[in-house]
Amino acid sequence: MNDKLINLMADLQEEETMKMVEELIASGTDPVTILDDARRAMEVVGKRFEQCEYFIPDLMMAGEILQGITKMVKPRIKQAQGAGKKGRVLVGTVAGDIHDIGKDIVTFMLDVSGYEVLDIGIDVPVETFVEKTREFKPQVLALSGFLTLAFDSMKKTIEALVAANLRDGLKIMIGGGQMDDEVRKYVRADAYGKDAVAAVNLCREWIGG
Amino acid sequence: MSKTTEELYREREKRVLDAIALTKPDRVPVVALFSFFPAKYSNMTVREVMYDPEKQWKAYWRTLTEFEPDMDQNPFALRFIGPLLDTLDFRQLKWPGHGISDNFTYQFVEDEYMMADEYEAFLFDPTDFMIRKYWPRVFGALGGLGKISPPRHIVTYAMGMPFGFAPYNTPEVAASLDALKAAGEKSMEIAKYAASYTAKAKEAGFPMQYGGFTQAPFDTLGDYFRGTKGLMLDMYRRPKLVIRACEKLLPLMIDMAVGASRASGNPRIFIPIHKGLDGFMSMEQFHTFFWPTLRDLFVALINEGIVPCPLWEGNCTSRLPTIGDIPPGRALYGFEATDIFKAKEILGDKVCIKGNVPLSMMATGTPEDVVAYCKKLIDVVGRDGGYIMDAASSLDNAKTENVRAMIDFTKEYGVY
Repeated sequence: MNDKLINLMADLQEEETMKMVEELIASGTDPVTILDDARRAMEVVGKRFEQCEYFIPDLMMAGEILQGITKMVKPRIKQAQGAGKKGRVLVGTVAGDIHDIGKDIVTFMLDVSGYEVLDIGIDVPVETFVEKTREFKPQVLALSGFLTLAFDSMKKTIEALVAANLRDGLKIMIGGGQMDDEVRKYVRADAYGKDAVAAVNLCREWIGG
Repeated sequence: MSKTTEELYREREKRVLDAIALTKPDRVPVVALFSFFPAKYSNMTVREVMYDPEKQWKAYWRTLTEFEPDMDQNPFALRFIGPLLDTLDFRQLKWPGHGISDNFTYQFVEDEYMMADEYEAFLFDPTDFMIRKYWPRVFGALGGLGKISPPRHIVTYAMGMPFGFAPYNTPEVAASLDALKAAGEKSMEIAKYAASYTAKAKEAGFPMQYGGFTQAPFDTLGDYFRGTKGLMLDMYRRPKLVIRACEKLLPLMIDMAVGASRASGNPRIFIPIHKGLDGFMSMEQFHTFFWPTLRDLFVALINEGIVPCPLWEGNCTSRLPTIGDIPPGRALYGFEATDIFKAKEILGDKVCIKGNVPLSMMATGTPEDVVAYCKKLIDVVGRDGGYIMDAASSLDNAKTENVRAMIDFTKEYGVY
C-alpha cells in the first residue's frame, strides 16, 4: 500500500498522481498494487463526498484520474481481473428521459465499489428493462430519471417487472433530479437515493460488500 | 361592480411589484411555469403545440383564462420552436419527432460544443468563435459558416475586402446563407405570435412574468459551450481560463438581458440557475467560479432598472447567506428544492421569494396535500409580504386538480 499515491489521488492532484504512477511503473512496481491503491483512494473520495467535503465535480475529477491510471496500468496486467464481484446491478435512465450525468456517476461509483454493473443507457424502453433483468439477473435495479415525465416511466417499468414475475427478490432504487420519497411510493420502488454514494450504500445494505 | 380588464392588469402588476419591493400586497400573488402542461390540459401532444402556432395559442390561452394566475408566461418563444429547430437542424435539443416521442418535452443534449483547447480562441474574439466554430456545431444547417473568413479581417478596401468575400462563393457557404434566410422567416413568425399574444393577454388583464432571458456566465459556459462534465473538470485543469471566460461572457449576458427588456418593455428577466447548486460544486468553487460574475450580472441589471428573476434550481440552501448580498427589494428569487423556510429567515428582508410546491406533489399528490403545503408557505414564507406562490419548477406533468388547488387556495387564503 502506497500512502503517498493514495493521498495524492484522493486530493485530486492529477498531474502529480500520474507522474507518480509513471515512476512506479518504471521502477517495476506490480501494476495490480497500483490499481488497488487507486481503488483505496476512491474509497477516500467516496467518504469525503459522504461527509460533504467533496461534491460532484470532485467525483468526476477522481473518475478522470482513475481512468488515466487504468489506461496506463491495464495493458501491463496479464490475467483478467474482475473475478469476485460483489453482486449485479442493472442501471438505466427510464423511457423518455435522455439525461445521463447522474446515471453515469452512479454507474462509476458502483463499479469502483466492486459491483458488476450493467448500464443500459438512456431513454430505455420498459420492455428493454424487463428483457435485461431477465438476462442479467441483477440483485439490484437502479432507475434514473431527471424530469417529472420519468415518474410514469418508472412506474410502468416496475409494473412490467411485476407482470413478468421478475419483481420478487429484486431490489429497486430510484434517483435523479425530480425524485424523492413521494415518487418512490408512487412508482413502488424500494428506495430513493439522493446521490451516487447513497446508491452504493443501498447496494451494501441489500447485497453486502 | 366587476373590475375592467385594465384595472385587473394594474392590480396584478402592482401585486407582484409590491411583493418584489418587499412590501405587503393585497394578497399573496400566484404564478405558474406551465411549460407544456397546457398541451396535456387541452388534449394535444407536445409535438402539436411545438409545430402549430394556432393550436399552441388555443391551448395556452385556455390555460391562462381558466386558471387565471396573476401573471402569464408568453409561450411562443420557448414552445413554438419546432419549425425553427427543423430549419436549422438544431443539435442541442432532442424534441418530439427528433429522438423524443410526441408527448414528451424537449430535452437538452449534453456535449462539448467548445473544446478544452479552444478557450483562447473564444476569449480572443467570442463572436467570431461562435459564428465560425460554435454555430456549425450546434446548427447542422450552418456548417458552411466554418469556411468564411473571420469577420474582423474584413475592414475596408485595403484590408481584407478584396479576397475576404471569396468563401461566400462556395456551395457550402451559400447553403448556410439559404438556411439563415429560411430561419429568418421562422423567427419572424415566432416573434409575430409572441407579440400578439402579449398584447392580447394585456387586453384581457394579464401582465407577463418575464420580458427576456439571460443566464449566469458560468451556466452559459457550462450548458452550451463546455458541457457540464467538461466545465467541472476545467475548474481543476484550467481554472484561470474558466474565470476569464466567465468575465468575458458577463457583459454579453448583461447586454442580452438589457436588450430583451428594452424590446419587450418588461423589467423582469428570467435567469435559470443550473450549476451553482449544493452538491454541484464546493462552497469555495461557488465563491471562486460561480457567484462573482453572477452577482455582477444581478447588480448591473438592477442598475439598469431591471429585476433579475433567477430560478435557483435544485437545492441551494447552503448558498443562502451568500446570495443575499445584492441591493434589497430589487430581485425575485424562485426556489426549487431549497429549504424555502430557511430562505425566508435568511433572505426575508433582502429579496422577494417565490416557490416551491414540490413537483412530486404536483404530479403524484392530492389537492389536499397541495393545499396543506400552500397554507404553510403562505403562513410562514408569506408573512408580511415579499413572497409569491409558485410550484417548484415546470408543471409539465402536474395534475390539473393540483394546479387548480395551488392557484385557487392562494387567492382565497393568501389575502393580507
